[in-house]
Amino acid sequence: MTAMTDNALQASPRAMRDEMVVFGLMAVLLAIVPWTGIYPFFVMQALCFALLACAFNLLIGYGGLLSFGHAMFLGTAGYCSAHALKVWGLSPELGILTGTAAAALLGVVTGYISIRRQGIYFSMITLALSQLLYFIYLQAPFTHGEDGIQGIPQGYLFGVFNLANATTLYYVILAGFLCGFLLIFRTINSPFGEVLKSIRENEQRATSLGYKTDQYKLLAFILSGTLAGLAGALKVFVAQNASLTDVHWSMSGEIVLMTLVGGLGTIFGPVVGAFVIIAMQQYLASFGQWVTVIQGVIFVACVLTFRRGVVGEIAHYFRLSL
Amino acid sequence: MADEFILETHGLTKEFAGFFAVRDVTLKVRRGSIHALIGPNGAGKTTCFNLLTKFLQPSAGRIFYKGQDITAVAPADVARLGLVRSFQISAVFPHLTALENVRVALQRQHGHSFDFWRSKSVLNRFNGRALELLNDVGLSEFAAVPAVEMPYGRKRALEIATTLALDPEMMLLDEPMAGMGHEDIDKIAALIKRISAKYTILMVEHNLSVVANLSDIITVLTRGQVLAEGHYAELSKDERVKEAYLGAGHA
Repeated sequence: MTAMTDNALQASPRAMRDEMVVFGLMAVLLAIVPWTGIYPFFVMQALCFALLACAFNLLIGYGGLLSFGHAMFLGTAGYCSAHALKVWGLSPELGILTGTAAAALLGVVTGYISIRRQGIYFSMITLALSQLLYFIYLQAPFTHGEDGIQGIPQGYLFGVFNLANATTLYYVILAGFLCGFLLIFRTINSPFGEVLKSIRENEQRATSLGYKTDQYKLLAFILSGTLAGLAGALKVFVAQNASLTDVHWSMSGEIVLMTLVGGLGTIFGPVVGAFVIIAMQQYLASFGQWVTVIQGVIFVACVLTFRRGVVGEIAHYFRLSL
Repeated sequence: MADEFILETHGLTKEFAGFFAVRDVTLKVRRGSIHALIGPNGAGKTTCFNLLTKFLQPSAGRIFYKGQDITAVAPADVARLGLVRSFQISAVFPHLTALENVRVALQRQHGHSFDFWRSKSVLNRFNGRALELLNDVGLSEFAAVPAVEMPYGRKRALEIATTLALDPEMMLLDEPMAGMGHEDIDKIAALIKRISAKYTILMVEHNLSVVANLSDIITVLTRGQVLAEGHYAELSKDERVKEAYLGAGHA
């Protein structure tokens, strides 16, 4: 019996070990960025999008729910943080908290409405809700419409760390990303994550085992929205503005693209996907409008040739769990 | 009355836009028995099943489980009352291992299911019980195998192990032998016979001969209505049953 138990459980700790090694590698690589001469602004921006894509991936990759309105969390948290910092003059930590809490609240409300429907209907409701919000933000006075909220003060985090210093800001953003990433990692490997995966695999069966699947989907939705909000709040310190771009539906599409390119349902895929897409936007900027076309081609190529995404294909080839 | 019959329906009816899939079905399932619900294709067996487990809401009629009216209870709550169903197409969680499949069922009763901040290693305390259940259905060597890689007959056995993990009082099996070869049919039949010592079983089956030796009582459905009820020996001589299965010309 003991031998059998060991055998049955071997798969899980080994997978966990692979993931911890890759996580360590990723953390070290990201930590040495300021000494490599890589433009830190680009990495910071990519980290915010990486967290956003990871949060989105928690919902679709592990809960099977395709949200087509995740930009609403990014944008809402961004506006609320920016407003709290600039108008209320709150400290950075409280500014981040305000934005993240706003996204959490939005997650409760929009989740409650949208998880009642399944498949494409769920996606359409999330899209509709995010469009609704987009037009509210377009009209609301505090967002300053097309101009957005500009010139946001960065301030001192906990009264100590000067966020106007590029290196300090970089490590603060990195810390925020790593915390969010670890929380997602833990959620996936928690008792809740097990139930969530079983709902993704066969919702009817999960119901027949006595699980009220709506409650689990709602919690996943709120967690995902909250972490997407954290990404939006962090992004305010990097971009020093909050604008309509972050609530636009095309942003929601970009989140889907990042996750698909990196590998849907893989832990590290969304991070890789976010870096690839942000790097393309950065380094192909001279092509102007053609960037969108190039992105489209990559998207088609991805779906046709490596469906599992970059990380998904690597994990499959080496039989790893990433 | 509630003691003798664990599950009863009165005038159970399901209408889909003028078509009666199930019409006025009154069913009494005796506690501790194996009760089979059989009938030709389209007789309303699966609809009846979905009504009993509340995956469909009846248009009319009432359902009583252990004397309690469950007509308006949600499907997840029906499962929590101890009335657990299986599905016609094998319902496992394909990318979870056999052990994890069973563990998901064990986990529900013992809490922690909303804990997203805790490591899933807290679930390891269910491993012993999960292995016992796998062992019971002859799947111990499959514990670490993802369900998707298991042969069909084994998946059905896994499904039964998962259902047993809930420690139900009554199991509803929807065509547990569908799509199986003879060898597997014998295995699953023996398994059902064995677990029936502890649980009441209501099973839907298309094939009369499969349930012949297995069931204590058989209800024959045709066109959504109860045609006959009794033991296999009586039913196999019943002209109406023959006619329902073979058509009037052969009767």
